[in-house]
Amino acid sequence: MSKTFLIVAEHRDGKLRQVTLEALQAAARSAQDGDAIHAALLGGGLDALASELAAYPLAKVHVIENEGLNAYNPEAYVRALTPLLDALKPDGLFLGHTAIGRDLAPALAAKLSAGQLSDVTAIDQEGGEVVFTRPIYAGKAIEKKTFLAYPWVVTVRPNNIPAAEAAGGGAAIEKHAAAPAADLRTVVRDVVRKTSGKVDLTEAKVIVSGGRGVKNADGFKPLEELADLLGGAVGASRGACDAGYCDYALQIGQTGKVVTPEIYIACGISGAIQHVAGMSGSRIIIAINKDPEAPIFQLADYGIVGDLFEVVPLLTQEFRKVLA
Amino acid sequence: MNVVVLLKQTFDTEEKIVVSNGAVSEDGVKFVINPYDEYAVEEAIRLKEESGANSVTVLSVGPARTAEALRTALAMGADEAVLIEDDRIPQDEYAVSVVLAAYLKQQSADVILGGNFSVDTGGSQVAVRLAETLGIPHVSSITKLTVSGGSASAERDAEGDLERVDVQLPAVFTAQQGLNEPRYPSLPGIMKAKKKPFKQLTLDDVGVSAGDLEAKTARQSLSLPPSRQAGQILSGDLASQAAKLVELLRTQSKAI
Repeated sequence: MSKTFLIVAEHRDGKLRQVTLEALQAAARSAQDGDAIHAALLGGGLDALASELAAYPLAKVHVIENEGLNAYNPEAYVRALTPLLDALKPDGLFLGHTAIGRDLAPALAAKLSAGQLSDVTAIDQEGGEVVFTRPIYAGKAIEKKTFLAYPWVVTVRPNNIPAAEAAGGGAAIEKHAAAPAADLRTVVRDVVRKTSGKVDLTEAKVIVSGGRGVKNADGFKPLEELADLLGGAVGASRGACDAGYCDYALQIGQTGKVVTPEIYIACGISGAIQHVAGMSGSRIIIAINKDPEAPIFQLADYGIVGDLFEVVPLLTQEFRKVLA
Repeated sequence: MNVVVLLKQTFDTEEKIVVSNGAVSEDGVKFVINPYDEYAVEEAIRLKEESGANSVTVLSVGPARTAEALRTALAMGADEAVLIEDDRIPQDEYAVSVVLAAYLKQQSADVILGGNFSVDTGGSQVAVRLAETLGIPHVSSITKLTVSGGSASAERDAEGDLERVDVQLPAVFTAQQGLNEPRYPSLPGIMKAKKKPFKQLTLDDVGVSAGDLEAKTARQSLSLPPSRQAGQILSGDLASQAAKLVELLRTQSKAI
């Protein structure tokens, strides 16, 4: 029997998030011929985004319209999606493993009494079964899992599954008016955008990361400069966060975030096992450390033994030449 | 106000992973309270010390070894521990949340605290599933919590942005780093913990039949990630190393 899958799209600053296109690709990889993939977009003033999304290989784009849904509220989102879930009866939901996805997916999974596989990095069809790969212990081990029953809920780790490509076709757009969110028990009073205009750590293609070697909060400045130049994000080791040099939101490791950028530049990071777990899936690792014995050099593709405060500005200078 | 903390025992984050017979080997492994759950325990104790909570119960669904982590939480200052241990409970977030919900429906918890995710299987599911199953709101990934009367205000980390959220109790919260600095158990705390109530329950005690807990997912295989090889350490003066690195990124690894 043909299946119906639903992507819950995410948008930010008026743009579709890359991870939404990756979730779409994840659904496509889970699908057989004849299966239908739908997308849901929540918020107000989303006509342009809906048209953009409709160019991808989708059966239908559902716009759940309500200005109030432009800001995420778990209770409001679950409520707004419920009529669509009831009507569509999806066999699988796909979301990004993002601040929204990791919060919303389990709520929807519970609502549907569905199993969920979180933080999936690859999807393959093997002998009629869809097999989901997900790192556990922050990447110290890899498990492959299957669902034993429908419906499924899947969250995909950003930057791992290639984004779906626009097919040029125009999927139908269906608008649903969301009931105004009355008597919610959850109220999001305000959002302080500390990351405005910055690339999210889990989605960044380049990460410049600092450890205890950055010495203090100001020590992150040269790292930020390099990250900005490369269109990347700044990360940190637990040591740097515990020492108060930066916000915990930047922490990469088994506690903190797991990241898989194209290029990871570790500056003044020794390479403790708990940090390595969070970044060893990066495509290229560059280590900059004064200590030639630092364990980070054991897994780095390229290493520079030297003081990060000398090396990072030199690197920034060289990249600037190349990118000019 | 009654506070319940959802706790999982996990590997210490410094542990290496050894796979044997298709499972993660637990031989000689040091176990700890899942680091995110430890923030939840600390926050619960502070709610008792500073906001007049009546009791703090630490609750776990897990194997017998979990008792040690629960004892640690009691030594930190929790009042009571409950361990639901039953081989018939599959290791599946759906099943665990159903068991927790069944137990908590019989209790009166105003604030339920858990970790943002567990550092082992890391699904970030159980606490939020529990909230939905109990029909109460949740706020995940909190870095601040203030409880007064029948409501709470929390600050939540959303990928680096900060959201201020008000919520009616009862509610579920999951702890993010930065929420607090967990205390170490004191020696008197450890002594006292030995006399605190410690309930061991099975599925029958909770009133769930094994038939209601069919796992929704199954593990097909488990492996270690491909190990990374040390690459090249550049040489020469730092300026030429920097230039060389950028060149290698262009020509050798085609990354820029």
